[in-house]
Amino acid sequence: MSSVAEKEQYNYDIVKFCVITGIIMGVIGTAVGTWIASELAWPFLNFDIAEISFGRLRPVHTNTVIFGFGGFLLYGAGLYMVQHTTHARVRLEKLAWAAVILWFVAILCVWITLPLGITQAKEYHEAEWWIDLIMAASWVCFTISFLATIAARKMSHIYVGLWFFISMLFMVTYIFVFNGLCIPIDMTFSYSAYAGIHDAMTQWWWGHNAVGFFLTAGFIGVMYYFVPKHANRPIYSYRLSVLHFWSLTFLYVWVGAHHLHYTAIPDWTLSLGAGMSIALIFPSWGGMINGMMTMSGAWDKLRTDPVMRFMVVALAFYGMSTFEGPLMGTKSVNALSHYTDWTVGHVHSGALGWNAMIAIGAMYHMITRMWNTEMWSAKLVNMHFWIHLTGAILYITAMWGSGVLQGLMWRAFDEYGNLVYTFADSVAAMHPFYALRATGGFLVFCGFCIMLFNTLKTISAVKAGTNVTLTAEAKA
Amino acid sequence: MSDYKKGGGMIRGIPHDTIEQSLPILAVFVAILVAVGGIVEVVPSFYLDDAEPAVEGVRPYTPLELEGYAIYRREGCFLCHSQMIRPFRDEKERYGHFSLAAESQFDHNYQWGSKRTGPELARLGGKYTDAWHIQHMRAPRSVVPESVMPNYMWLEETVLDTSKTQRRMEVLAMMNVPYSADDINNWEVDLKAQAAVDDGEGEDDLRARYERRKWVNSDGEVTQWTESFEPTPINVRAFDADASDVTELDALIAYLQMLGTSVHFEEGVDYYHDKFGQPYRK
Repeated sequence: MSSVAEKEQYNYDIVKFCVITGIIMGVIGTAVGTWIASELAWPFLNFDIAEISFGRLRPVHTNTVIFGFGGFLLYGAGLYMVQHTTHARVRLEKLAWAAVILWFVAILCVWITLPLGITQAKEYHEAEWWIDLIMAASWVCFTISFLATIAARKMSHIYVGLWFFISMLFMVTYIFVFNGLCIPIDMTFSYSAYAGIHDAMTQWWWGHNAVGFFLTAGFIGVMYYFVPKHANRPIYSYRLSVLHFWSLTFLYVWVGAHHLHYTAIPDWTLSLGAGMSIALIFPSWGGMINGMMTMSGAWDKLRTDPVMRFMVVALAFYGMSTFEGPLMGTKSVNALSHYTDWTVGHVHSGALGWNAMIAIGAMYHMITRMWNTEMWSAKLVNMHFWIHLTGAILYITAMWGSGVLQGLMWRAFDEYGNLVYTFADSVAAMHPFYALRATGGFLVFCGFCIMLFNTLKTISAVKAGTNVTLTAEAKA
Repeated sequence: MSDYKKGGGMIRGIPHDTIEQSLPILAVFVAILVAVGGIVEVVPSFYLDDAEPAVEGVRPYTPLELEGYAIYRREGCFLCHSQMIRPFRDEKERYGHFSLAAESQFDHNYQWGSKRTGPELARLGGKYTDAWHIQHMRAPRSVVPESVMPNYMWLEETVLDTSKTQRRMEVLAMMNVPYSADDINNWEVDLKAQAAVDDGEGEDDLRARYERRKWVNSDGEVTQWTESFEPTPINVRAFDADASDVTELDALIAYLQMLGTSVHFEEGVDYYHDKFGQPYRK
């Protein structure tokens, strides 16, 4: 298919908007992340300004990276792959555009309200009820347009990557609606519809499935298109993809309870959550193996292609995080790890290792295909890879160290049966780790800046006509 | 990717080919499958009585404490401080008796948190003096040199905005929090009385409304305390050491000083194992 025909067939404008916005969100999200990480290492950085104090700024970071960066990647890559795998132009285009614009507006509102202390105070669901409504409207628009495009497909079968998107679209709708139920006082405050243990269960049903479906199912869907496409190899096993799709879809939903081990939640719920957490390793590794083995016969690309490297290392991190997750979901490990930085380290091995790297890989892939060009600088892509990887590893190892140390210090008794350390001792012991973590975060931020620079240079080179167009082999 | 489907249409007798070719079938299967886990795990706790047994002494927040809770939420305190003590020896030594479900039954939303960058706060009430809290909020490192907490000096400089207090109580009364019309109508005198604004005026009414009380919530459920039970006295004083006005610091310290003080733990009562049989006590 020639590029001219492709341009007419597919709507790339909306994907381009999502990809560029996503990269900018990545820059902002990691900048805020670096800042709050530094606040914990050097608390004077709060500067006695309420709006940038840690408690108010931390959700700005999480919302920007998850819903800003992650959200625009899912919208962009979703619309890109649904067109490519159905050979149909996106349907109900105005609805798709509405989804993207509303999502952007919601993120802007989040940036304004959270520093002002306007929050639902639910982790990863901080935006107040009226911003929830904007996000929900966006999600519904996207879902309709996405499903309509699948319905208009030009072949009989629905591609496996799209199954994962469908499961994400449904599950995120459920959890977002039920966790968001509240009674507003006014525009700035609302009370959750649930209290105490009910609120805790609903919150982590949301919290873990935002990870399980928004950051896993959706991103696995992305992986299922971009890894085989970029490696130019078929998916390793069709049967494995069927098996791990249905098992992941069923199992993920159960494991949220492991965030509440040893709390006032009934024990049977927690044991069920722990058991399902262990079981979840199989569908998770099914996806990892299917992605990795797709590289069979194309491993040489790792030597020459940094984008391929991003994707493969992302899968490696995915495999590692989904091994660590079930481990931390068991009660005895959780007794040590809960409330510590280990949790933060685990989240970031998933977020920086898996989500960010597969997203970055997919973004570079889409940029070169949509503008039909090589990147302005292949060296900068390579540099981005190494800086990002170094930053991620620094971050994760720092948090492993601090988390385990914290857990052990809190439970240490001396020979007389007294606690060895005060809580303040454990805080003091965290300082070097927090400094290291901030450094790691800063490197990831630098990586995103390089990516943004390289992308803008690439686009202006295309406009000036000085770019190198893709070879037919690369495009295939 | 043309051969990704080479496994054929049937998988162990399941016509997967049919599912893959029909968006409605695929969508319905997925929609049902993802709902199961949540229904099994989350819904029963609303109906099982022993999930949240009633415990003597637990009461809703006074208007001033309610405003303190709102400030706690606004500043994102729960991101670094948990309010859920687990049943471990070290946590008992450091923080006190493990938390009971009933102790957060009126928290819309719950404040258990997920991280202890700072210490656990579920039983903070009465642990430190007001003077300690005042200094700690102004400059945490002047009291705890190792602390990484931001300074919150604006709290004592900001007069408490009480324009929403009544609405807060009305909304909570619509749910399971047993505020009566009388409680709601008297929010302002109760709030001022607790902060000791008018030389202790209204203190007796406040105590009558919140200290010893038969609580009836919107479902008609009653929390009744036995005659022998001595409820924890409501803290009534100028929490920020200044009785001339009610500041945000007054409200926050009032909230912090009551955390975890409502239940009186008794020797010999097994609060853990009774959990799966009868409620601890009616």
